[in-house]
Amino acid sequence: MTLDPTSGDAPFASPDGWRPSEHELARRAARRSQSRRGMSIALVSSVVVIGALGTVVVTSSGWPVVRDTFFDVPYGLEVLPIIFDGFKLDLLLVAIASVCIAVLSMIVALVRTSRSPAAAPFRILATVYVDFFRGTPLILVILLIGFGIPALNLPKISSLDVAVLGTAAIVLTYTGYVAEVIRSGILSVHPSQRAAARSLGLSNAQTMRHVVLPQGIRRVMPPLLNDFVSLLKDVGLVSILGVTEAIQQAQIETNKSFNYTPYVVAALLFLIVTIPLTRFTDRVLATSISRQNAQGTA
Amino acid sequence: MTSTVGGPLLELRAVRKSFGTELVLRDVDLVVPEHTVTVLIGASGSGKSTLLRCINQLELIDDGLVLFDGVDLADPRNDADEIRQRIGIVFQAFNLFPHMSVLDNITLAMRRVHKVQRAQAEAAALELLGRFSLVDKASQYPDRLSGGQQQRVAIVRALAVSPKLMLFDEVTSALDPVLVNEVLAVVRDLRKDGMTMVIATHEMGFATQVADEVCFLSGGVIVERGAPDQVIHAPTDQLTQEFLRRVHEAGRL
Repeated sequence: MTLDPTSGDAPFASPDGWRPSEHELARRAARRSQSRRGMSIALVSSVVVIGALGTVVVTSSGWPVVRDTFFDVPYGLEVLPIIFDGFKLDLLLVAIASVCIAVLSMIVALVRTSRSPAAAPFRILATVYVDFFRGTPLILVILLIGFGIPALNLPKISSLDVAVLGTAAIVLTYTGYVAEVIRSGILSVHPSQRAAARSLGLSNAQTMRHVVLPQGIRRVMPPLLNDFVSLLKDVGLVSILGVTEAIQQAQIETNKSFNYTPYVVAALLFLIVTIPLTRFTDRVLATSISRQNAQGTA
Repeated sequence: MTSTVGGPLLELRAVRKSFGTELVLRDVDLVVPEHTVTVLIGASGSGKSTLLRCINQLELIDDGLVLFDGVDLADPRNDADEIRQRIGIVFQAFNLFPHMSVLDNITLAMRRVHKVQRAQAEAAALELLGRFSLVDKASQYPDRLSGGQQQRVAIVRALAVSPKLMLFDEVTSALDPVLVNEVLAVVRDLRKDGMTMVIATHEMGFATQVADEVCFLSGGVIVERGAPDQVIHAPTDQLTQEFLRRVHEAGRL
């Protein structure tokens, strides 16, 4: 069976001698022209919108100044290696923080969704934890921990690097957010799934591990990715403690030259990581959905 | 009802459908005159469900014509949403909206698609629910109902927008025998009212009672068709005989 490249999945001919009839060919032509029409509308409207915005920006009286202070390409290339060094620290902190957040938030979510009466005190603790860290601005937590802990003069802990303390503050806050996302995923799985698993003899923990979590987590993958992307950006906030990561590095350069291009360079570095990540997760999600749900075009 | 005099309400001509390289429907012809009931029988995987889904454009066909009141439904220049407003379908797995009460499930399309006022829509829904002895379930959520009740609600939901054609896709396969009867009774009632229906089912006794025409599908082809007494009790095709013998052995005839 050969496939006509212009009409999606519809076959063009098959071994039993069938060829598309005239009305089928007419339908395919109509479908093609509909999709061409849709494409051209999208193209024209994109060109108009982007062109209009571009024109407004470029023809504004301040554009030459903005171009020189934000988009100075040679200067940007010059500072790129220094900012990239800082960015590597960002990535390292994100890697460490995301692992810690994943483990801790899973524990908090499981505690909060547990039903055994024995876990009641832990449930209350977890709830208080989530309420507190979700409700406190991240920047305050970073300041409190970053400056407060060293001031306590505790042995070992107080002498930790500010990058570690700042990361710990981010982990504490994000664990609150992510735990709630995971909890909502767990709660979204229909009770009949739990009933089916328990009636097969699976323990409560096995039910969670093999039936509830795989479905619940998949459902909340988009918001989890959302949190991951904002984590990537919020890690830059440790710069307020004096950690020289990408944003801090860009600020240092900007202060030297009074040119804001380093900020734009830092922004581009973040985008280079976050955009492919988002696309990749979209793809993974789409394939897992289409593998499970085999139904129609509607 | 305003169909052209004499012309069938639904007509399929040489409908062909494949999934990837697997051919699921092969040149299927079917004529369904108004106020008649056509029953599709055949083993699982013979193409019954796909045929129904192709009729109301939940699946795109590869070739052929699906004529409803003389208009080709498969033509992309015809608005699929507008077509579906006149064709009701009931699924094997009910497909009720779990986040809505029974009443909201039924009135959703009336209110959102047909712009009927809520009070009016609810009055109409309650009247339909009354007919199927479901009034006391109106404010319940689907999960709280038995399978038979859910399926009857699904039928009421499809009927609420007064379709000209009803499609039933193995609507009793998920139900126990008692509940099967309560659902089939509803379909028999609809037949008395003159509803045009295409029904895929494994219930041969029921098929004999309600069908004007029975079509036996095998491997995506209608192998044998005719009056129920002929197809179910005196089949001439070897494949039909074989299928019915196996159904009989399973004690379902």
